[in-house]
Amino acid sequence: MSYTKRDDGRKFDELRKIKAKVGVVKRADGSAMFQMGDTIAIASVYGPRELHPRFLQNPERGVLRCNYDMASFSVTERKKPGPSRRSTEISLVTEKALASVIDLDLFPNTVIDVFIEIIQANAGTRCAGISAAAMALAHAGIPMRDMVAAVSVGKVGDKIVLDLDKEEEDFEEGATDIPVAMTARKREITLLQLDGEVTKDELMEAIKMARKGCEEIHKIQVKTLKEIYKNG
Amino acid sequence: MNERDIVVPGEKIASGMDYLPGNGTFREGEDIYSSQLGLVGVNGRFVKVIPLTGKYIPREGDIVVGKVVDVGFGMWNVDIGSAYSAILNMRETSEFIDRGADLSHYYDFNDVVIAQVTKVVRYKDVNLTMKGQGLRKVKGGKIIDVTPSKVPRIIGKQGSMIKMIKEGTGCNIVVGQNGKVWIKGERIEDEVKATEVILKIEQESHTQGLTDTIKNILEGKGK
Repeated sequence: MSYTKRDDGRKFDELRKIKAKVGVVKRADGSAMFQMGDTIAIASVYGPRELHPRFLQNPERGVLRCNYDMASFSVTERKKPGPSRRSTEISLVTEKALASVIDLDLFPNTVIDVFIEIIQANAGTRCAGISAAAMALAHAGIPMRDMVAAVSVGKVGDKIVLDLDKEEEDFEEGATDIPVAMTARKREITLLQLDGEVTKDELMEAIKMARKGCEEIHKIQVKTLKEIYKNG
Repeated sequence: MNERDIVVPGEKIASGMDYLPGNGTFREGEDIYSSQLGLVGVNGRFVKVIPLTGKYIPREGDIVVGKVVDVGFGMWNVDIGSAYSAILNMRETSEFIDRGADLSHYYDFNDVVIAQVTKVVRYKDVNLTMKGQGLRKVKGGKIIDVTPSKVPRIIGKQGSMIKMIKEGTGCNIVVGQNGKVWIKGERIEDEVKATEVILKIEQESHTQGLTDTIKNILEGKGK
């Protein structure tokens, strides 16, 4: 048995419908909403600001602090609020996916706080979170060398597909989920995780597909960021 | 490359060694890229990006509106909306202060001061002074935040815009270069009106004929 047709009628290398918006959190220095299908992430950025307690400060470069959190109502079965083993890990990988593009050495002794809130989850939350966070960072006016876009690829049945949704992730004959984050200009991978089984060739094919997806997402990010200042 | 184009971080602005990277840009190989969300500006051979958002970057000589956040030994810490708080030394006040005097008697927590930036070392160490015309502690009124890069538009050419708002609303207004605006009026409605107008200027700072729009609002004609 194989996976011949996607449930929502998409092509195998097609992204879900994307919606993005900047400036959704009024009191934040920068914020963005990023929606992929039924997954909605809201990222807000605060800073650079002074870091307390002081022993966490780095006199050579600024500190990036990411916090990923899922709202209790974001999934079908109520999620217990608060940090978990999973959210701690995702916070860490998000931080590492973003840190390499930010000019942190301009702001020693400070912290840039990134809060990612998933208000609706349907697979690919960490990718939506990273894409939202990159936009929020740009909106906060933080100097960056590049933008970051993220998308998940994977193997459903025996097919390599782009941007898995929850149903595909739970495909009964087995599915592999590979979240990938990529910088836009240099196309460097800043996040690569893998849950499941793939061969080397399949992985290479999946990354190629992710590259295409990331480029599309980047175009939407740029368009959304520029739009705030275009009209009116 | 066009002047006043909107660019995002990582976007290529210019290529070739004829151009030099200025503020908000960086060179990689032959090309110059933007590192911030903003407008492209060209000054001779220099290419820069004028940021549309972001924290205030202090410059020497700027008049800023700040809030006292800490009273220390011989100095105050003032929040000026930058990444780092600024230092106001005891000797930089307009009045004489005895050694060992209680400093909170002069400027206390949450006091709002209009001060001038005297010295900046790599964005980080910012020193303020209270010696100078118009530099003082202010009482009452309210503070609103605007994007620092839009301050010139609020002030207008030779202060034309701010003068118009002051006359139109009868409010006392001080616009700090750090994007903090102090407003105090006789009546609360005046303050609300001034706030509205200033936020409108911030929102529509890049449009043409803004002065007329604002004039109409102040005179109560249309929106």
